[in-house]
Amino acid sequence: MNTEKTRFTFGDLMVRCGFATASEKTHTARQGDTQGGCGNPRPQTGASCSCSGGGACNGGGNPPGGSSLTAKPVTRRQAIGAMVGGALATTAFAASSLSPKTSDEEREKTLLKWQEYFKDNFRLMSDREKAETIQRLERLAYLDHATDVKIKATGAKPGVLFGYAFNISKCKGYRSCVDACIKENNLDRKSGMQYIRIFEMENGKMDIESGNAEYDHPVPAEGHFYMGTQCFQCANPPCVEVCPVGATWQEPDGIVVVDYDWCIGCRYCEAACPYWARRFNWSEPEVPAGEVNANQHYLGNRQRKKGVVEKCTFCVQRTREGRLPACAEACPTGARVFGNLLDPDSEIRYVLEHKQVFRLKEELGCEPKFWYFMD
Amino acid sequence: MNLYYFMRDALVTATGGGRRYHLWMGTLTLLMLAGLYGYSVQLRDGLAVTGMSDHVSWGLYISNFTFLVGLAAAAVMIVLPAYVLKDVDFSQAVLIGEGVAVSALVMCLAFVVVDLGSPHRFWHLIPGIGFFNFPSSLLAWDVIVLNGYLVLNLCIPFYILFSRYCNRLPRKRLYVPFVYLSVFWAVGIHMVTAFLLAGLPARPFWNSSLLGPRFLASAFAAGPAFMILLLQFIRANSPYAIRDETIAKLAMITTVAAQINLIMLGSELFKEFYRHTHHSQSAYYLFFGLDGHHALRPWIWTAIILNITATGILTLHRLRNSRFWLRPACLMLFVAIWIEKGFGLVIPGFIPSPLGEIVEYTPTWIEMVVTLGIWAMGLFVLTVLIRVAIPIELGSVRSPKATDVETKLQGLGAQS
Repeated sequence: MNTEKTRFTFGDLMVRCGFATASEKTHTARQGDTQGGCGNPRPQTGASCSCSGGGACNGGGNPPGGSSLTAKPVTRRQAIGAMVGGALATTAFAASSLSPKTSDEEREKTLLKWQEYFKDNFRLMSDREKAETIQRLERLAYLDHATDVKIKATGAKPGVLFGYAFNISKCKGYRSCVDACIKENNLDRKSGMQYIRIFEMENGKMDIESGNAEYDHPVPAEGHFYMGTQCFQCANPPCVEVCPVGATWQEPDGIVVVDYDWCIGCRYCEAACPYWARRFNWSEPEVPAGEVNANQHYLGNRQRKKGVVEKCTFCVQRTREGRLPACAEACPTGARVFGNLLDPDSEIRYVLEHKQVFRLKEELGCEPKFWYFMD
Repeated sequence: MNLYYFMRDALVTATGGGRRYHLWMGTLTLLMLAGLYGYSVQLRDGLAVTGMSDHVSWGLYISNFTFLVGLAAAAVMIVLPAYVLKDVDFSQAVLIGEGVAVSALVMCLAFVVVDLGSPHRFWHLIPGIGFFNFPSSLLAWDVIVLNGYLVLNLCIPFYILFSRYCNRLPRKRLYVPFVYLSVFWAVGIHMVTAFLLAGLPARPFWNSSLLGPRFLASAFAAGPAFMILLLQFIRANSPYAIRDETIAKLAMITTVAAQINLIMLGSELFKEFYRHTHHSQSAYYLFFGLDGHHALRPWIWTAIILNITATGILTLHRLRNSRFWLRPACLMLFVAIWIEKGFGLVIPGFIPSPLGEIVEYTPTWIEMVVTLGIWAMGLFVLTVLIRVAIPIELGSVRSPKATDVETKLQGLGAQS
C-alpha cells in the first residue's frame, strides 16, 4: 500500500514558485490542517463580521497556531475584495436608508457573501482565513436557513489511511446505508441525490453492468445478491487530475474531497470517474430545516449550493473523530467494514489479509480503496 | 489618432447597410436576446433546466463546443497554402478564414461558459489569482490554447487591415512568424480538445487514439466546406474578387479530408462491431440503440448518409467542379459532421454510465434557445468582421490622414 505519499501537483509547484497566490500559504495550510478551525467560538448574532473590510475583520475565531500569520501581507485579491466589499457595504447602507425593507440582516448577508466570494482555495488558506470563512459560513447558515450549524475543518491524522471493505455475502439490499447517508451528509432531498448505489445482481454474474440499482421490491430477492458502490477514494484518482481549478484533491488520509466554494461546475470530474461516484447540484439543494445535520465539516457534509460537484467523503466529519461512516454504522447486516489501513490490528486489515478480495475495474489503475469480499 | 478613425469607420461600416443586411442583423439580435433570456432562466434555476443529469453530464453545449473548435482550427487550411506555400490564390480568403476562426472561437468560449455550473467563479481559472491546474488538467490546456488562438487570430488580421487602412503595406517580417505559429496552434487546439475526451479511460467510447486524428480530418472537411459556402455568398454579394481557383482548391481540400474521415469512420466501426465487448456498448447505443433506448439512432444514420453522399459527390471531379453540385455537397458535409462530431460523439460517451445504467438525454427548449443564441452571436461577429474587412481590403475605406499617400500604393485592387 503505497498510497501514503502525498501527491504533489503542478499547481502546488506554481504556488510555491510564486506564480499563484501567496507562496507561503500552501506550507502553512498543510501544517495547520490538523488544527483547522475547530474550537472557534460561536458567532455572535448581528455583531460578527459586520465590519466593512473584507478579510480585514478579526472575528474572535483565531485558532491556536494562527498567530504567526497575523503579519501576513494582504494579497491582491483580498485587497480588491476589501475595497469592493467596503463599497458594497456603503451602497447597502445607502439602500437601506432609502428602503425600509433592507434590514440589517440582509445587509450583513450581502457583505458576508461578498467576502465569501473573494476567499481562496481551501488548501491555500491560512489557519486564520479558515477560521474566518467558517465563522462566516456558520453565520450565513443561520441567516439563510435559520439553522445553527457547527462547521469543523479537522485535518487528517498522521498514520491514518482510510479503507473500506464490502461483504457481498452479507448485504441483503435493504438500503439502510443509503438513507443514513442522505441524512448524515445533508444530501439534496428535492432531486433525491444519493452517493451510494446498491446493485441487485443475478446469481452467476459478477459484472456490475448487468446489475440493477433501481429495484423496487421486497429484498433479498430470490436468486440475487447485492453489491454497493460509492466513491472508492481512489489512491490514483482521475477526477482530481482533470479538475482545471484544483477544487478537488486527495487528503493525506486518502479521502478525496471537494472545495464546494472553489468548484466552477464544469463537471469534467464527473466524466472522468469510472465508478460514477460524483454528483452535481443541478438546482439549489434543499434540506428541510429540521433535518439538517448540524455537525458539519468544511470538506464534508456542510450545505452545498447549486452549480457545484459533491461526493462521498467516507463521512469525513465523523471518521476524523474516530467514528464510523454513517453507512457502516447503519448497516443491519454487518456487510460494511471500515477502518485504518495503516493499523495492523484493524478489522479492514483482517479482511484484506484473511479473505479473498477484489476491486471493481482494477485494470484502469485508479487503485480504489474499496474492496469486495465473500464469507 | 488613426486607431480612433479606424474604430469609427469600422463602426460606421458595420452598422450601415441595405434592408436585407439590417433584417439579417436584426434577426440575429433577436435570437441573441432570446438566448440571453434562456440563459437568465438557467442562471436563476440552475442547470436543472437543461436535459443534462448526473448520468449524461455534458449535452448540447459541449457537443457544439467540440464541433466549433474544429471549425476554428480549419481556418488553418486557408492560412497554410496562402502563406507557407506562397499560393497567391488564397490571399483573399485568408482574412475571411481568420474571421471564421474568431467567430467560431467566440462561440466555443460562450458554450463553455454557459455549461459552467458556477460561471461567476471563472476567476478561479486565471493563473496568478486563481488556481490553474496546469499541466495536469487538459481543460486547463484548452483554456490556454483557445484563448491564445483567439488572440492570434484577432491580432494578425487586425494588423493587416489596420496597415491597409493607414495605406501602409503590412510588413511581412512582423506578421508572418505569427501566421506560422497560428498554423501549429490550430492543430494544437483541436488535438488538445480531442485529448480532453480521449484522456478519460472511464469512457471507452472516447478513449481511443484515433480520436485526435479523426477530429482533425473532420474539421478539415467541415471547415473548408463552410468556407466555400461563405466565399460563394461573398462573391455573389460584393465586388470582392474571389477566384474560381480558390474555390476549386478549397473543394479539393474538403474532398481529401472527407475521404480520410470516412476511412477513419470505417476503421472505428470495424473495431466497435467486429467483436462486441463492453467497450462497444456506447457505439451500439448510438447506431442501434440499447434496451429500447435509441434517441440518437435517427441522427447518426442521417449523418452517415449525408456524409457518404457528400463525399461521393465531391470525389467525382465533374460533380465537384459544377457549381450546382458543390454547394449542396458542402452543406450536407457540414451538417453531417456537426451531428457526428457534436452530440453523436459527446452524448454516447455517457450512455451507458460507467456502472452500466442507461439514462437518455434530450435537450430542453432552454438549451436549444441558448444554443441558437450563441450561434446567432457567432454569425453576428462573423458578419461584422467580414463587413469591415472587405471594404478595407478593397480600399474603399481609408484613414482620412492617409489619402495623400494613396498614390504610392500599388496592387491593392480597384478603388471603388
